[in-house]
Amino acid sequence: MLEKSYSKEEWTEALKGLQSAYKVFVPVKEGDFHNFRPLKNGAKPSFDFQNTRLSPKAVIFPQSERMFEYTLDESEKDAHIVKETDKDFSAQAIVGIRPCDALAFQLVRINFDNPQYQDPWWVQRMDATTLIGFACNDPCASCFCTSVGSGPFSEKGLDALMVDLGDRFVVKSLTTKGEALLKKLPSGKDASGALLEQVQDLAKASEKKISSTVPTDHLKDNRGNELFSAPFWERVSFACINCGTCTYLCPTCWCFDIQDEVCGKDGDRIRNWDACMFPLFTLHGSGHNPRDKKLQRVRQRFMHKLKYYVDKYEDGVACVGCGRCVQFCPVNIDIREVFELMNGY
Amino acid sequence: MVEYIPKIREIARKLLEKGTVDVFIGYKKGTVAMMNEPVLIKDLSEVDILYWDSHCGLNLCNYLTRRTDRIGLVANGCNSRNIVTHIIENQIKREQLYIVGIPCTGIIDHRAVKRTVGNREILEVKEEGESFTVSGNGFQETFQKKDFLRTNCAVCLHRNPVEYDEMVADPVPEQEGVNPFKDVEGIEKKSADEKRQFFTQLISSCIRCYACRNACPLCYCPTCFVDESRPQWVGKSIDPVDTMTFHFLRAYHCAGRCTDCGACERVCPVGIPVRQFTKKLNKDAFELFGWEAGLRADQRPPLDVYRADDYNAFIK
Repeated sequence: MLEKSYSKEEWTEALKGLQSAYKVFVPVKEGDFHNFRPLKNGAKPSFDFQNTRLSPKAVIFPQSERMFEYTLDESEKDAHIVKETDKDFSAQAIVGIRPCDALAFQLVRINFDNPQYQDPWWVQRMDATTLIGFACNDPCASCFCTSVGSGPFSEKGLDALMVDLGDRFVVKSLTTKGEALLKKLPSGKDASGALLEQVQDLAKASEKKISSTVPTDHLKDNRGNELFSAPFWERVSFACINCGTCTYLCPTCWCFDIQDEVCGKDGDRIRNWDACMFPLFTLHGSGHNPRDKKLQRVRQRFMHKLKYYVDKYEDGVACVGCGRCVQFCPVNIDIREVFELMNGY
Repeated sequence: MVEYIPKIREIARKLLEKGTVDVFIGYKKGTVAMMNEPVLIKDLSEVDILYWDSHCGLNLCNYLTRRTDRIGLVANGCNSRNIVTHIIENQIKREQLYIVGIPCTGIIDHRAVKRTVGNREILEVKEEGESFTVSGNGFQETFQKKDFLRTNCAVCLHRNPVEYDEMVADPVPEQEGVNPFKDVEGIEKKSADEKRQFFTQLISSCIRCYACRNACPLCYCPTCFVDESRPQWVGKSIDPVDTMTFHFLRAYHCAGRCTDCGACERVCPVGIPVRQFTKKLNKDAFELFGWEAGLRADQRPPLDVYRADDYNAFIK
């Protein structure tokens, strides 16, 4: 295990150097908020944020991804043959991912990489990725990570964890992947005992700052049917405008749709993020829609995260407590209240 | 505008008690600072959760579409104009509604407030008259509301409801001498290339979540053109061409109907000023037809009516 200390200037320089071995994704300030972007073309990493507006899930699972291509030109030998589009699975690193978002990658693996199915692109990209976490010194009021298996200094799913000590970052490797990355980082000193103590103190202080908690203890009881027909869904769903904000900002929402797009005789098969809030999500070819009402769609999202997932995988809830949906739901539907309602029903 | 709250509750109580309405639609105080949640109340016991302040920036008309019951609701200037538009477009009947008029002094731009306090997290906001105070861990700052109005509210010409059954307070003076289209004039001066660049940049962070469309009371089509699959008018990826197509087509569908209520901008999770699309069409409707949407229920909108005195020759 390596424990190193970098002044902030050293760290920024070191990340530049890292680009010879990795495609580096860093938080970049874009207008009012941060998002993960490749560290190139002069993108300036900025570690002055609570969390990025979108989770870094798109680095592994892009919002739109060309899967296959084909030609409809019958004079071509391979007309109508679907061919895999070239993809880049070279080594990459997400530097500055918050612990909640790292836990989310671990959590969604069950969907993309399980004994029955392996999504080749998700798996290869994940394998090629090193996650350098960024501990939260000042969690948001809407964060409830400690209730759902994570925490502001949680190391779950991470290859290394960096901690902001004001004038410097202390970075600790957690896996061989993380250690390999740290070894490639030029500069930096071994972190002194005093610095590591400071990290410990910060971790304790930060955990105490988490002001939101959600109850989960009663979710697993076999009350699926009762919860499904609970009267509170009408109230919970009234304000919902069925946009994709919650699902697109959510680090654990993994649903996608596959579309063919043809231009002239060239076709692409594209995978796009989808959202269970959209009526189109469940529209059948027959025209029938089993979830054509808002209430059904809102209920589905919460039931999936807080009941079906819990029952099916016995691994807690499909929520990492990042609080993005709490902060950015345009109509203020608050998942913390839904936890209370479902757990208490 | 928090001083309206007791009156809103009093009216809602009266309406539900007397059975004048079946339900009452308003806001309840949000769980996050500067956010409030639209709420539908059926029971008298819930009346006291009704709330109103300068952060009620959605459009409650959005919740009326094709309802069949009798509804009481709060409406400020722009929301009331959308209700009128809904009535004209047969999405609701006037006699189903009991409109509780809010003389509006404008909604606060929560993003501008956050920008000003920087990285400090706002945990609470308190409103007093025309100023408001935000506070969080170890800080507290008081601002004048007029300095933080949403850009649509800053140039609003109809702050008082145009249609109502009862007002919660006396009308507020309307703003004078404001030019609602100053920003559009700037864009109009650009060359075609510059305009394309401007709009491309404007929507570069769009994630196609459709919050803007779904928050808009005008967007009530049973199936939106972006959701059609036969034919598929627009791609569903985040290809900039498709994203641009969505925004432009949506704006055109709002021509002569948009009241510049700002709900689309308010809800955008990535803060795109989407009104830059609709405002040009509002300006055209005003300049070509002298039309401002939703001011009158007895006149058809210019784009769905034949008039013998139309200035276009082709129509004669």
